[in-house]
This record gives sequence, structure tokens and C-alpha cells, in this order.
Amino acid sequence: MHELSVTEQLLDVTLEHAENAMASRVLRIDLVIGDLTGFMEESIRFYFDILSEGTKAQNALLKIARVPVRARCGECRTEFTPGEGNWRCPLCQGPLKEIINGREFYVESIEVE
Amino acid sequence: MRKVEVITQVLNANDLTARENRALLKDHHVLGVNLMASPGAGKTSLILQTAQTWAGRYRVGVIEGDVASRIDADRVASRDIPVVQINTGGECHLEALTVQRALKTLPLDEIDILFIENVGNLICPVQFQLGEEVRVVVASVPEGDDKPYKYPGIFTAVHVVVLNKIDLAPYVDFGLDAMRQGVSSLNPGAELFEVSCRTGEGVAKWAKWLGSLARSQ
Repeated sequence: MHELSVTEQLLDVTLEHAENAMASRVLRIDLVIGDLTGFMEESIRFYFDILSEGTKAQNALLKIARVPVRARCGECRTEFTPGEGNWRCPLCQGPLKEIINGREFYVESIEVE
Repeated sequence: MRKVEVITQVLNANDLTARENRALLKDHHVLGVNLMASPGAGKTSLILQTAQTWAGRYRVGVIEGDVASRIDADRVASRDIPVVQINTGGECHLEALTVQRALKTLPLDEIDILFIENVGNLICPVQFQLGEEVRVVVASVPEGDDKPYKYPGIFTAVHVVVLNKIDLAPYVDFGLDAMRQGVSSLNPGAELFEVSCRTGEGVAKWAKWLGSLARSQ
């Protein structure tokens, strides 16, 4: 359900940049989604088709790049992808210090004409 | 065809409004606390118990977010605490703009700590900043000790985990150590408070900690 308002905002960002570029049509949108956000690709696509109808972004190709979670160990500084049910460092079992990737949610670029 | 670089956060508009809210709260020396949890974990009970523990030492205000009804707001108002109810009408989280409207109707100069009780949901509320200084997830014993691993998005993003209903631990399969380990592995910097809003156990410690943050506003 939350993808509805999120997709509205995605469309706003897209159309604003298309407008600034004086484009008549958006052909492709490159969107980046981190795995920690919990945003569902399918729902975003579903709402995008409905919301973009009649706009410059209608029928645009929505390319979504997923970014897996990456954390840095607080002990040995190793970067790792946490396992299911285990977020300790796989090398030294230390606790994570920070999350490096996984929270991304941005439009990288658009292709227009 | 040409490529246009965008590099813009999708939730940029919400983030900007949240920044305005944060500035407004700061101007009025109000500590904003975003309370998130699954439905029924005890968010409203925690607000009421905390306010009771403070006994007027800190002045409390509340924004209640629910899909429908004024049930929670009425509970809060019955204790003479200023409260605004937001009904999202289906949306499963609060956004900065709806909170901004609510802030305009609250007597901010008469509030030290503002609890913003989010819609009961462990997934999307954390994506939407509201202007808070402190992000809290309220977990409860009957939900199970594996919740941090199942909802890493929220458990890694909060400053505090309040584990409620610890009085029920003897009656359900709940590993307190497993919960503690889950929280500390996902979010080693997070505070963990173990409370029971029903018996009052542990509430004073949490209330003291939160109150100390208000003083620095």
C-alpha cells in the first residue's frame, strides 16, 4: 500500500526533471532501491502504470536496480552482507559498526526526447 | 534521445518538509519522538505511562496517527494531554506534511516532549522522516524475539528499542537474550529498554532517559 504515495513522488521527481530538460517524453527511468527499504518492485510498477497515464512518462521503461545490504564490522572493518538471522561479521563475529548500503531510494537518471 | 542525470531522492519532498518540522520544533524547544511499532505493541500505553511517570515534570503533547478512529486520541485527551488525531484513511504511515498540519494546531510553547505515534506498521513508517529527533520502535513480547531479523529496515534505523509487555515473558515462548542479541547485532548503538506498561516495570528508567534528552533541547 505504501508504494502508492512513494510512486506518486517518483513520478513527481521524474516529471520535474523532464520539464527542466525541456523534454516532450520520458523513455526510461533508472531507479535505485536498497533492500532495507522494503519497497516492492512489483507494486511500484503497478502504480506507475496507473499514475503515469496521460503524463510525459506514460509507457516509460522503469529500470530498477536493487542494492543488497552491506555492513561494516566494528571490530575488523570487513564489509559484509548480513545473513538471515545473523548480522554478525562472518570473519570475526564482531558487531556491525555501520550500514553502508541498503537504504538507497533515488532516481539515478532518466532518458528523454 | 538524451540521458539526464537526476540523482534525486524519491522522498526528497517529504525530507524537506521534515526538515521544516524539525526546525519548528527546535524553535519551540520541543523534543520530537517518532514512535513506531506493529499494531497493538503498546505505543499509546507507553505514552500514557511515560507521561504519568513524569507527573508534570515534562509537558507532553501527542500526535496520533491511525488509519481510522479517534480511539487513541480520546485515551490521551482523557489525561488532559494536548493531542491531535490524524486519520490517514488507508495510508499505512505518517508523512511530514500531515504532521506539519497537526503541528500548527498544537500549543508548542506548552510542550517539552511531543510523541508522534505512527500508524501501526513495521515496514514503511521508517522511510518517512517526520521532523523527529528520536526514532523509537516499540516491540512487544508476544510478537516474538526474532522481530529484529525479520524487520531489519526499522530495527537498524531507530535510536531506541522499547520492549513492552515483559510481564508476559513467563507465559509465551520468548527468549529475552535472543531479543537482546538481535537488537545489539543489528543496531549496536541503539538503547534497549525492557518495560511493562501494565505493571509499570522499567518505565521509570526509560522515562528518565528520554527526559534527559528533552532538557538539552
